[in-house]
Amino acid sequence: MGQIEWAMWANEQALASGLILITGGIVATAGQFTQWYFGAYSIFSVAGVFVCLLEYPRGKRRKGSTMERCGQKYMTKVVKLFGPLSRNYYVRAFLHLGLSVPAGFLLATILGTACLAIASGIYLLAATRGEQWTPIESKPKERPQVGGTIKQPPSNPPPRPPAEARKKPSEEQDEAAGAGVSSGPQENPIPVTDEVV
Amino acid sequence: MANCLLNHWLSVLVLVMWLGLNVFLFVNAFLSYEKGDKYYYTREILGSALAWARASARCLNFNSMLILFPMCRNLLSFLRGTCSFCRRTLRKQLDHNLTFHKLVAYMICLHTAIHIVAHLFNFERYDRSRQSTDGSLASVLSSLSHQEKEGDSWLNPMQTTNMTVIYMTLTSIPGFTGVIITIVLVLMVTSSMEFIRRSYFEVFWYTHHIFIIYFIGLGIHGIGGIVRGQTEESIKENHPYRCAEFFEKWDDHDFHCKSPQFEGNSAESWKWILAPGVLYFFERILRLYRSQQQVMITKVVMHPSKVLELQMIKRGFSMEVGQYIFVNCPSISYLEWHPFTLTSAPEEDFFSIHVRAAGDWTENLIKAFEQQNSPIPKIEVDGPFGTASEDVFQYEVAMLIGAGIGVTPFASILKSIWYKFQHADHNLKTQTAGHAALNFDKATDILTGLKHKTFFGRPMWDKEFSTIATIHPKSVVGVFLCGPQALEKCLRKCCHQYSSLDPRKTQFYFNKENF
Repeated sequence: MGQIEWAMWANEQALASGLILITGGIVATAGQFTQWYFGAYSIFSVAGVFVCLLEYPRGKRRKGSTMERCGQKYMTKVVKLFGPLSRNYYVRAFLHLGLSVPAGFLLATILGTACLAIASGIYLLAATRGEQWTPIESKPKERPQVGGTIKQPPSNPPPRPPAEARKKPSEEQDEAAGAGVSSGPQENPIPVTDEVV
Repeated sequence: MANCLLNHWLSVLVLVMWLGLNVFLFVNAFLSYEKGDKYYYTREILGSALAWARASARCLNFNSMLILFPMCRNLLSFLRGTCSFCRRTLRKQLDHNLTFHKLVAYMICLHTAIHIVAHLFNFERYDRSRQSTDGSLASVLSSLSHQEKEGDSWLNPMQTTNMTVIYMTLTSIPGFTGVIITIVLVLMVTSSMEFIRRSYFEVFWYTHHIFIIYFIGLGIHGIGGIVRGQTEESIKENHPYRCAEFFEKWDDHDFHCKSPQFEGNSAESWKWILAPGVLYFFERILRLYRSQQQVMITKVVMHPSKVLELQMIKRGFSMEVGQYIFVNCPSISYLEWHPFTLTSAPEEDFFSIHVRAAGDWTENLIKAFEQQNSPIPKIEVDGPFGTASEDVFQYEVAMLIGAGIGVTPFASILKSIWYKFQHADHNLKTQTAGHAALNFDKATDILTGLKHKTFFGRPMWDKEFSTIATIHPKSVVGVFLCGPQALEKCLRKCCHQYSSLDPRKTQFYFNKENF
């Protein structure tokens, strides 16, 4: 459990809550429910929209690559502008808690309140563990090199010891997720000849 | 194209049947509440929102019933085994259980949204007609209260003018359970997003178990009888078509129409979810029982690139190529079970898995086995599961492409082919198997005795395909992939490009096996 970044889940939860708030606000306004003016449109849809926009850009994971949401780079720029206010998860936790309270007075948005409050709680947990929002910067696209990774075959015949034992520098592959099925010589259950029939 | 359709016709059929049933149940419930005489007076207050809420509720019951079945993997294995005479395409359908589970979950989310919106309108309308003093039929109906001498004649659950909708929601059983199970549903969905699942599996795994709260809440949700319709006897005395317009006269003793009487619908969700709930409960008991059987670890090999190989024996264990097992290590985590493809061949007297460090649990497992001085950690195994990958053996020429840890299923297949060669198995059509290994830092000779090519670095697929097409004209080549999506796109393209309808040339058939 040590490597969990709670902020990532809090982000999903907050985004979902934002959408629920917007939906509740629209239903209450369209249905002209009692006290819809209580903020159905102004607060909840606005709060919902605000939460969605804030949460849309996914933060960068501490380890490994992060999948960006589609088109998030525009919002990343905006969210970055707020500096420590958007980086710090304590700020987000209390902001979401504050935004969720007015929605609790209208039935149509009460679900949004509950979900956003939970997201706020998870953000608080993330903040206590020192997590931070880092923007995902786009890297310049590398041209794919066809055949670029093919190097010289080894000079000594099999059986060959594994790369670590060999003195010459082994090839640097990106994502070298080698699943070596056997290390070194294979123990064949039945003696084997060179040629196959 | 024909091959594609042939492989997927059953999936399409299952989907069409499922969607069809959903539509049928929805429309059926909708019409019964929208047109039924029993709910005429209820509709006076609520309008169409009643029918929308009930129809989506019916679909919610149906889908909540279905959602547990794909998760009973031991039951699915049993079905697979008993249907061994069935065509393999039929049995392979059972491998898509997770996809079906997700589809049903999306449908539950959709219907939850419809159900909630409809009930928001319902509560609002009940509130409004309770507050109104315009003497309309709706307000008269709303004023029928619990205190009426002639039994349960109330229709509007909001009995006093001070009661707010929020109070009503949070203090009634349906309202309160509804809010709880919706929150639970939202939490389950957000923690199951692919990004969270792949990166932080434990969050998904543990959070998903709150489905128990969902099912219990769903079972209780209908208690309270808030959805009310006219009783049978009341319809005889006060048929809506005859009496509705004369509602001001209902209180007159001589008038032929009496006040209508209502009864609440009883809870019906439990009828839908009881069977799958019990089945799933037995599934978990069975998993527990199977996991208690002793697993003996016969060999531990630490490979480069942090890959651990475990060779094990378990009494009564029999496998086929391409199957997978679930592994649990109580010293790391009591509750977590993780799937691994079997890398040994069925002909061997042990079964093995290769584990790559890809997260908390796997890293801890590798660390636990690396320690020389402490005793070997106990392992529990459940399985094997999955449809055997027999397709490979049906092709004269098979190209097996595995990326990274994706070579594991092919290890099993290739070893099995090797054993079949040795035992001169005549059922084996495969004459040649070519194998490309990606991103290795050394040569891997999995099997000597089979012609194979060994590459260093990323192969140039165009060259590979054209070479194979030249070497094996007039043959059907099966291309099998276990690896990332990007590679799948590339290989599919190559298959189309180098296949030819001309029988004198080669045909490539792409198979993305479900490993």
